[in-house]
Amino acid sequence: MRKIVFNVITFPGSNCDNDAYYIGKIRGAKSEFVWHKDTTLKNPDVIFIPGGFSYGDYLRCGAIAKFSPIINEIKKFADKGGLVIGICNGFQILTEAQMLPGALHMNESLQFICKHQYIKVENNSIPFTSALEKNQVLDIPIAHKEGNYIIDDDGLKSLQDNNQIIFRYCDENGVVDRKFNPNGARDNIAGISNKKGNILGMMPHPERAAEDILPGNDGIGIFQSIENYVKSYI
Amino acid sequence: MNELAITKELILEHGLTLDEYDLIKKTIGRDLTYTELGIASVMWSEHASYKNSIKYLKTLPRDGSALLTKTGEENAGVVDIGDGLAVSFKIESHNHPSAVEPYQGAATGVGGILRDIFTMGARPVAALNSLRFGNQNNPQVKKLMKGIVSGIADYGNCFGVPTVGGEVYFEDSYEGNPLVNAMAVGILKHENLATASAIGVGNYVVYVGAKTGRDGIHGATFASIELSDESEEKRTAVQVGDPFMEKLLLEATLEVIEAGLVEGIQDMGAAGLTCSSSEMAAKAENGIELDVSLVPQRETGMTAYEIMLSESQERMLLVIKPENLAKITEIFEKWDLDAVKIGVVTDNGNLRVLDKGVLKAELPAQLLVLGGDAPVYDREKIKPKYLEEVQKFDPNKVEIPKDFNQVILKLLNEPNIASKRPIFQQYDHMVQINTMVEPGSDAAVIRIKDTNKAIAVCTDCNGRHVYLNPYEGTKGAVAEAARNVVCSGARPSAITNCLNFGNPYKPEVYWTFVEAIKGMSDACREFDTPVTGGNVSFYNENPTGAIYPTPTIGMLGIIEDKDKVITQDYKNVGDVIILIGDHCNEVGGSEYLKSIHNTISGNSPKIDLKHEKKLYDAILDMADKKIIESAHDCSDGGLAVTLAESCFKQNGQILGAEIKMEMKYRPDFELFGESHSRIVVSCNPKNVELIQKIAQQNGMNSEIIGKVIEEKFMLNDLINIDVEKLKTNWSTGIIY
Repeated sequence: MRKIVFNVITFPGSNCDNDAYYIGKIRGAKSEFVWHKDTTLKNPDVIFIPGGFSYGDYLRCGAIAKFSPIINEIKKFADKGGLVIGICNGFQILTEAQMLPGALHMNESLQFICKHQYIKVENNSIPFTSALEKNQVLDIPIAHKEGNYIIDDDGLKSLQDNNQIIFRYCDENGVVDRKFNPNGARDNIAGISNKKGNILGMMPHPERAAEDILPGNDGIGIFQSIENYVKSYI
Repeated sequence: MNELAITKELILEHGLTLDEYDLIKKTIGRDLTYTELGIASVMWSEHASYKNSIKYLKTLPRDGSALLTKTGEENAGVVDIGDGLAVSFKIESHNHPSAVEPYQGAATGVGGILRDIFTMGARPVAALNSLRFGNQNNPQVKKLMKGIVSGIADYGNCFGVPTVGGEVYFEDSYEGNPLVNAMAVGILKHENLATASAIGVGNYVVYVGAKTGRDGIHGATFASIELSDESEEKRTAVQVGDPFMEKLLLEATLEVIEAGLVEGIQDMGAAGLTCSSSEMAAKAENGIELDVSLVPQRETGMTAYEIMLSESQERMLLVIKPENLAKITEIFEKWDLDAVKIGVVTDNGNLRVLDKGVLKAELPAQLLVLGGDAPVYDREKIKPKYLEEVQKFDPNKVEIPKDFNQVILKLLNEPNIASKRPIFQQYDHMVQINTMVEPGSDAAVIRIKDTNKAIAVCTDCNGRHVYLNPYEGTKGAVAEAARNVVCSGARPSAITNCLNFGNPYKPEVYWTFVEAIKGMSDACREFDTPVTGGNVSFYNENPTGAIYPTPTIGMLGIIEDKDKVITQDYKNVGDVIILIGDHCNEVGGSEYLKSIHNTISGNSPKIDLKHEKKLYDAILDMADKKIIESAHDCSDGGLAVTLAESCFKQNGQILGAEIKMEMKYRPDFELFGESHSRIVVSCNPKNVELIQKIAQQNGMNSEIIGKVIEEKFMLNDLINIDVEKLKTNWSTGIIY
């Protein structure tokens, strides 16, 4: 069986690209960087749009990155059912590029916040969560200033009706409450997918919790899910 | 050279003395041009020339077989850690800019120190910050703190370096003159070690990075005067940072260095193009000729004077072989950055500045630089009178508190002791996924990918102790820093220092400076931790006087086996708690005296360096044998605070402790005094015997003082509190 291929997109200002690349590599995948100005992908099984500050986030986060040439290729790949995961700034870029609904606003505290955060698996039927249990509680770090997910009432209903809310902020026991919401996100939303479930956007960083040596390894389940899915067809 | 005429007033306005001007004039045999005056004044400013400190800095231990660069000769020190890798690290002040414009001042402090690291060919892997403010209840102080913390956060977060540690202290003496000491740590492969030298006559001098504007002109001179009410007017001397630009510059710079395209490189920090060109030329004993009209500019009509003195951020100067220009330009273009040839390396030893071909300045590079002809002064020293006053304080006269529960609750709520989470959670401390021990522990631990190693880093200085006894206090600062990395399982390896003092022309200030250097020197020699570099910041004064003398130590420790990292929190109920070290009878300068008895006096704790070193050996032996579950040193707040802090687990949970110990001295001194050379460890009961044996072999006292329990903190019949309550107080001491 060939190796799973990760494509990690690097925009100017991406700063979690090396992290996603590294986790792919140590998990036995073939990790490849793809420069944002490129017009071809490198035969990915899964595309990572990493965290960071594309173009410095001087405008709306992700507002310039969406114009990069590679975005068209990512869209084509996703349209064919390919897996795309956007983490943090990657999630922001996916919403700006309208590959996912809603938008990410400034945290309610107006401050950057970096900490361990519990999230609850709301839907384990998509390729990114199949190795997890429904309602499982994960400790996954967050690190963002603009992670406050907003969406209108109809949009929220549509997300709920289609099971697109994948992760919600909670406490260690899985209680979803405003108290445990670090940024003010609507309905405690930490991550959503598209209707087909092949595009995932999430504010928490699973790649920061994917090794036993670091404080927390609950992100491993997300990588296992991806690997299980890809292995089913390669 | 048709320029502004040089007058006495103009010379003084530039911060040069008339004697200094005459010296330069004598050397070159003529009057200076206006551009030359600007160049000479920034290079001979305190900030760039170290003229009042270098004599004493040279007495610090600066040798070590692991050092790959000579101290003070490159932008940052470089320590070999084996496996073909090295660590580059340095700390630097940005106090005055931060006092005047907190957000940009702090942000550009971070940017400047990061450039010092990647100009060495190293990728920054960690940032730390030592911050000192006045009383946090003062709204002005709060404004400064918020500005400074956001400036650090926004810059480091966007750049993508984890900000993993440091200190935050609040003392009245820092009011109006906060200290912002930024440290950065990078990793490089030996073969990529870059040098700040203009090697090779005929090589090109290439300007890369952001365009030049009028910001920061005379920043170095600004750093070399006392702050006054007029300082607000100097606001234009503060630079503006662009972390996104810095991130691009990082990637492009490392790409050209790793491709072997660079002969010499220096960042443009204080004194900008002037400093980088003259220092690189002087180091290679060459000259540099450049034409400022070729410098990419973002404002129109800039003069040679302005371009040479601008401290616009995110710029670097490269010296390259002519045939590599095309490749370098291509790499920088990929990152949307300018790379422009502005001059050449010459053999005449002069810094020669042209503007559209017209000569504006020509000065010998050696004349300008530290180690060359820049002046070296020794100043008058007088032991300050206040020392006798504070040291004669008799701590035995303070009353023993009736309720120790209240004392520990109050101490944990003091902002100097309380959790710094409200601050460090604004810093991305996990990016790059190397942070094995997160902020809030004795030291942060960063693993080195693709090796078995990790490094531990911290900053330390108890300014109050240094104020009460500059020599002992500074020894203590080095010791505390070393102890903190030891508590992570790391062998102390080398230090960088940031020496924050008042006006060196005041004999009392200068005396404390020289005493501090002696203390640092003695401690570093004993611990075999050479000083790899750093920075001196004088003139830290506000209208009421000098700050506490604050020689901040940035310590690097090496962990050979990353499976042997130790953290400070208790791990298991039933583990035994052991004090390695002696009982405490010193309470001078403690947080306890300040907080409970409202006095900052007494003598600072004394330290026996040989004894302290044995403590390190003992703890490291225990760490190596994997027989301790936790280690936490005794420092601010004393033993009781150490014991309590270990109850607050890194993962947010809590444990408790039941302490039963014999008191040799007054219980308040025993529990809240800040004696050195003490570390509290916890262990599985089966390891107690071996731990005590190792302590004994190293000449250390060890004493079983208690055990880990659930949720209660109990100490003899003096303290009995729920840990949750302690934690609430500890978590809410900093009001952000």
